[in-house]
Amino acid sequence: MKLKDTIHRDFPKNLLIVLIILALLFISVINTGVDLMEVFRNSDQMWRFLSRFLKPDFSYFPNIIKPMIQTIKMSIYGTFLGVITGLPIAFLGSMIFTKNKTITNIAKFIMGVVRTIPSLLLAAILVAIFGIGEFTGVMTIAIFTFGMTSQLFYQAIDTIEVGAVEAQESVGANKIKVAFYAILPQIVNQIASYTLYAFEVNIRASTVLGYVGAGGIGLIMNTSLGLMRYDRVSLVILTIFVLVFIVDGLSGYLRRKLS
Amino acid sequence: MTNKFSKTVSFIVIILVLYSVLSVDYSSLEYFTLSSFKNVLIGLSKPDWNYLYDGSGEDVFSLMILTINIAILGTFIGAFLAYPLSLVASKNLYSKLIGIPKFGKFVLNVLRAFPELIYAIIFVKVVGPGPFAGVLAIGVHHIGMMGKLFAEEMEASSDYSFEAQESVGASFWQTMFYSRIPQVMPIQASLILTHLEIAVRSAATLGLVGAGGIGAPLIFAIQARNWGKVSIILIAVILTVLIIDSISAKIRKNLQ
Repeated sequence: MKLKDTIHRDFPKNLLIVLIILALLFISVINTGVDLMEVFRNSDQMWRFLSRFLKPDFSYFPNIIKPMIQTIKMSIYGTFLGVITGLPIAFLGSMIFTKNKTITNIAKFIMGVVRTIPSLLLAAILVAIFGIGEFTGVMTIAIFTFGMTSQLFYQAIDTIEVGAVEAQESVGANKIKVAFYAILPQIVNQIASYTLYAFEVNIRASTVLGYVGAGGIGLIMNTSLGLMRYDRVSLVILTIFVLVFIVDGLSGYLRRKLS
Repeated sequence: MTNKFSKTVSFIVIILVLYSVLSVDYSSLEYFTLSSFKNVLIGLSKPDWNYLYDGSGEDVFSLMILTINIAILGTFIGAFLAYPLSLVASKNLYSKLIGIPKFGKFVLNVLRAFPELIYAIIFVKVVGPGPFAGVLAIGVHHIGMMGKLFAEEMEASSDYSFEAQESVGASFWQTMFYSRIPQVMPIQASLILTHLEIAVRSAATLGLVGAGGIGAPLIFAIQARNWGKVSIILIAVILTVLIIDSISAKIRKNLQ
């Protein structure tokens, strides 16, 4: 730490930062019409919700087994599609593979745009296009996974050891051979571990996807919410909890084995 | 990793994927026609620029500002409440009382467990539909998310300066304010910025349940098949997210 980094010399700068943050907060408070008293005035609503929520309706469990399996299937299928499509574009997004700035930038742009679309909005649009159903959920998960994993894959490719690539190129290997024999073996562990991670995220997101009619366990949650059966909502959330816990443990075990 | 193990795992994975691919219900595709898909694409390619700003306060620009405001305020509330909770949940601050950090971690886990959408639905019931419900939903959900990360950073902080201060007789709070917190502050500030990015994305979606922001007009536009409007809203969301992401990436670079 140099002298100029000490708190006294930095005081005007820090004051400016604090003022900017305060100004942003002030504008936000005015714009959003925050009224904290409202929370306390209507807190009985919250207690009514919580009191029902805390007593999960376990007798309903047999009805959610099928949608749960549906959700798992959708997640597997969607993750698979997303990874299969995300991998090639991740290759195109890495200078190590393409050696061409234009292609790399186009690929990066596509990845960036897909990644910024929130998954719920994506689901809503796909439901409007494809209609309500399981396959719509699969498509949503696939596009979402594509955005998430392609980014991670391309970062993995960018950090590989370039020696192997150069060695193969020097003896005349073409792009496809370089991809399969020089790059892929170096990142295969990362691919597996990111795929598992994406699968976890997708199972978690399934609650939300059902909200717009994309099938699976989220659909049950949505109808229960509509009927104000909060005891069933809490059962669904609990089930997803357990599911995520199991998937978490399983993928943690596999990832440990892989590394 | 043994070869046999990886072979078994790949085999199981292939079976699972095949089963999922074959057994998923494709019936919804019956109603899907290429011509309607083409119409959607044509509609999406013609953004309705009139809707961008018309001064009514219901246009894309004003709603996007509102969405960002929801995200900022939600992140602030989340960070503000997550900090004390993270201090309760950090293991290294309690030498003998193991129960306290365990309890703190439990609270954070429970807060994190509910999807943001559920919080939004609850708060829409409590404070009525509007941006404030979105602020509360994002705030409460982010307490759990940030609290966990804050606590992890606190636990990973090095003990050297803390021990040095303690050895010359500093009290618990003195070591807290002069050693522990300054050490983790840059990382925690950058975590807050990351969560602001996440919050902007969620603020854009929570409108679907009536929690304010750009989500509600979007879902109406989708239901009305008004693709020009959908397209301009999507462009606005994507641009805003990209801009906020790049600003926060710049600030985070400076923090390190």
